[in-house]
Amino acid sequence: MPLHSKKHIRFTLNGEQTEVAFAPHKTLLEVLREDLNLTGTKHGCELGECGTCAVLVDGRSILSCLMLGLDAEDREVKTIEGMANGAELHPLQQTFADLGAAQCGYCSPGFLLVAEELLEKSPNPSRAEIQEALSGNLCRCTGYIKIYEAVELAAARMRGEEMELPKESIFGLE
Amino acid sequence: MDKNLNIVGKPFRKVDARAKCVGQTKFADDIVLPRMLYCKMLRSHLPHALIKSIDVSKALAQRGVFAVVTGKDFPIPYGILPVSQDEHALCTDKVRFIGDPVAAVAAIDEDVAFDAMNLIEVEYEPLNTISTIEEAVLIEEPRIHDYGDVGNIHKKVSLEFGNVEEGFAEADLVREDTFFYEGNTHLPMEQHAAVAHFDSDGKITLWSSTQTPHYVHRALAKVLGLPASHIRVIATPNGGGFGGKSDPFNHEVVVCKLSMLTGRPVKVTLTREEVFYCHRGRHPVLMKVKTGVKNDGAITAMHFQSYLDGGAYGSYGVASTFYTGALQTVTYDVPRYKFQGIRTFTNKPPCGPKRGHGTPQPRYALEVQLDKIAEQLRLDPVEIRRKHLVAPNTVTANYLRIGSMGLGACIDKVAEGSRWSERFSWDPLQRKLPYGKGIGIACSSYICGAGLPIYWNNMPQSGVQLRLDRQGGVCVMCGSTDIGQGSDSILAYIVAEVLGIDPFDIRVITADTDLTPVDLGSYSSRVTLMTGNAAIQAAERARELLVMAVAEKLGVPIENLSLAERRVFDVENPEVGVSFAEAIVLAESKFGTIGTVGSYTPPRSPGKFKGSGVGPSPAYSYSAAVAEVDVNPDTGIVVVERVWIAHDIGRSINPMLVMGQVEGSVYMGLGEILMEEMVYRQNRNVVHKFPSMLEYKSPTTMEMCDVKTYLIEDPDPNGPYGAKEVGQGPLLPVPPAVANAVYNAVGVRIDEVPITPEKVMRALKDKSRGRDGRYGPDSVPPVAWPEPLKVLTPAEGGDGSEMPRVAVHS
Repeated sequence: MPLHSKKHIRFTLNGEQTEVAFAPHKTLLEVLREDLNLTGTKHGCELGECGTCAVLVDGRSILSCLMLGLDAEDREVKTIEGMANGAELHPLQQTFADLGAAQCGYCSPGFLLVAEELLEKSPNPSRAEIQEALSGNLCRCTGYIKIYEAVELAAARMRGEEMELPKESIFGLE
Repeated sequence: MDKNLNIVGKPFRKVDARAKCVGQTKFADDIVLPRMLYCKMLRSHLPHALIKSIDVSKALAQRGVFAVVTGKDFPIPYGILPVSQDEHALCTDKVRFIGDPVAAVAAIDEDVAFDAMNLIEVEYEPLNTISTIEEAVLIEEPRIHDYGDVGNIHKKVSLEFGNVEEGFAEADLVREDTFFYEGNTHLPMEQHAAVAHFDSDGKITLWSSTQTPHYVHRALAKVLGLPASHIRVIATPNGGGFGGKSDPFNHEVVVCKLSMLTGRPVKVTLTREEVFYCHRGRHPVLMKVKTGVKNDGAITAMHFQSYLDGGAYGSYGVASTFYTGALQTVTYDVPRYKFQGIRTFTNKPPCGPKRGHGTPQPRYALEVQLDKIAEQLRLDPVEIRRKHLVAPNTVTANYLRIGSMGLGACIDKVAEGSRWSERFSWDPLQRKLPYGKGIGIACSSYICGAGLPIYWNNMPQSGVQLRLDRQGGVCVMCGSTDIGQGSDSILAYIVAEVLGIDPFDIRVITADTDLTPVDLGSYSSRVTLMTGNAAIQAAERARELLVMAVAEKLGVPIENLSLAERRVFDVENPEVGVSFAEAIVLAESKFGTIGTVGSYTPPRSPGKFKGSGVGPSPAYSYSAAVAEVDVNPDTGIVVVERVWIAHDIGRSINPMLVMGQVEGSVYMGLGEILMEEMVYRQNRNVVHKFPSMLEYKSPTTMEMCDVKTYLIEDPDPNGPYGAKEVGQGPLLPVPPAVANAVYNAVGVRIDEVPITPEKVMRALKDKSRGRDGRYGPDSVPPVAWPEPLKVLTPAEGGDGSEMPRVAVHS
């Protein structure tokens, strides 16, 4: 059996100093899911095509299926498990849950982290900016519309603004 | 029913929404058990071949390999339909498509399993392939399967309701058109995965991303040789299904067997490429439609023929075939109707049920043809539809019982919202929109649950069990499977409504064949209607026990008691009452442990003829859509800018979730009409052209259109609180509405789905040369149709039975 001797790295994972040893050919996706038991990061293709496995590395969204685990050494990685502030959900997590932006929920971790990166850079994004930022993430359930609305509502709340979703978003047009 | 509703109709979040947004939801591949092995399946690289020998010795000799299995380990066939038991978990004597599995390895990790898999030596004897509908019709040998109709025809159907020739004779205009709808696939974001664990007591548990744990349970019991009572199937939350996880799958059977052989848990997770081979997606369908109409657009008769490319196995295909002919009659009045359909076998991944199961293809044909008819008769496309709707509470020519029918209101909404009358004209010289811009309309209908179960039985299709405990807890158990549509939440909302508590007070346990009563699964848009009715029955029985106990305690008449806001109280004197938890204590003191059950069986269908099992439903949902497109005449690129869609939901149990299903359906319909296709190349067109998410084009945020949604609430007596389906129906009008809009924009008819730029350019070029300006099929293969089974329509005094066959002398 081809035993791969494991390599050992240190990095910051969801704000915590983390050490892990793994076979050197493993992707960050595999290290997170298989060696650190953080299964919130999903896979849809493992070829960099669907955006499902997106995580934040040093604040930038990357596809964890295309990055070697070894390359995470000394860097800051944030996964969906690190998005909430303790028991308090991130505003994006709240609005995704409350507005039905997560249907099957499989693509949601990737969308949430990419949206977080967007709002970090652009606190008041236009609909077109949101579409562009999320264009690398596929969702087969929602048609993306509830996702846009969730991002817009979370952005408003993060800016400290009151925002009501239009009634038609939830009940349809009169 | 129309009392003040506290929960139903309100936009609560889903009961599992937060878990999904923090990464806590456990999908099948997230399950890790101690000592778990990993499975890889060796798949055929040949499309059609006999298996001469398989040598697994090198694989077995690898360190870290614990078991290798082949077709010999799986002698018993299975399949989702009783009439199509044509699959083996691993191929026994021949392979039928590229991707058909022949052997499987269980090893210490995926890498070891993969390397060992590649050491398995298979000797094949290639056979000629069958790659298209036409080839399957014309070439009888070699047969892909040794069952079915004849040669490579799996199934032939021929039904006639009333005399269509009489109907055509009465018509002012008779049109014949042919259409082709290319196959496409579900592309769920989650790849199928399963974990099996055979325990020391000889019982097996399978966790799987399946939409139908009950049917998987039945298939495992058949194939594994274990008593069904020793098999437990747990459907994990599905990361998208859309019909693609509705069959019992070979990988599910294989990991069970490997776990039985090794005594260790075994996991399999398909690669994205393998998901394309599992397929069971939309059938490619060639269609020929002959329709007779009066000058006012009233249909006098319709003759519909469909030719399905079924791929390599039966799957749901017999049902799919009937579905391509079943629902033509439930939107507009079709007094006489004839349907002929065949399903063929080809050496390609098997087709099956995808969102709309067998109905988007005929709906496309019907709605585009109706547009052509309207133009010929110079009738407005909105008016021709609006004027000839089926009436509510009637029975169609093919014996489908229509209940509530909100299509008229749907059409009115989208026509008004899109300012149809200001923007549409048939006259190219009096265009109201600039050349290149167009609008088109289409309508549709879908079932709210199949009237009959897949295997014949007299038991309920859905069961719900409730447990109320003295701490005030309510647990609802049901076999239904949440595939993202929110079925777990619907159970919580409905039980909370009846018991006057908060949905988030309720614990929902679903899709576990050991713990939950049977529900047949998440298919045919059956779940809200059927589990909803079962949940109402269970909850009303629990409510009765509570009010009896509370009435006795408070000395208040039972009929005065109401349940709301976690209290049971006297409506005439609201401060007199007890908390919900106290009510349970009172009931438990009086009756013992409190548990109730509810179940649901659909009403009997009026059709009694052979073939009447597909199409009947407790209710039909309706949708109408107007699409607005921009077609670039220089590139052929079609951009759908906006879709107005109205959906007759009966009643929204949760409008926010209904909106999400409508928007998601529009999205998926958009993908089908513009880009999604399962296409094949090489080796006489049986090699999948692009089994990857990059090359199988699906809409991103940049292609998704704006959607304007209207919900029409016309409660149906058979639905829970009047609710009808929404998961599938709203997809149906989108492809034909876009096609009709493309015609309105640039004057070419694309009678083939998807509408790609190449097809638009071809049609535009033809048109510029004075030809038809149409892209699409011109003919259908020659099929020896059997004499149709004839049924008198209800209008002709028929009773739903077939007429005695008359001997035909040739």
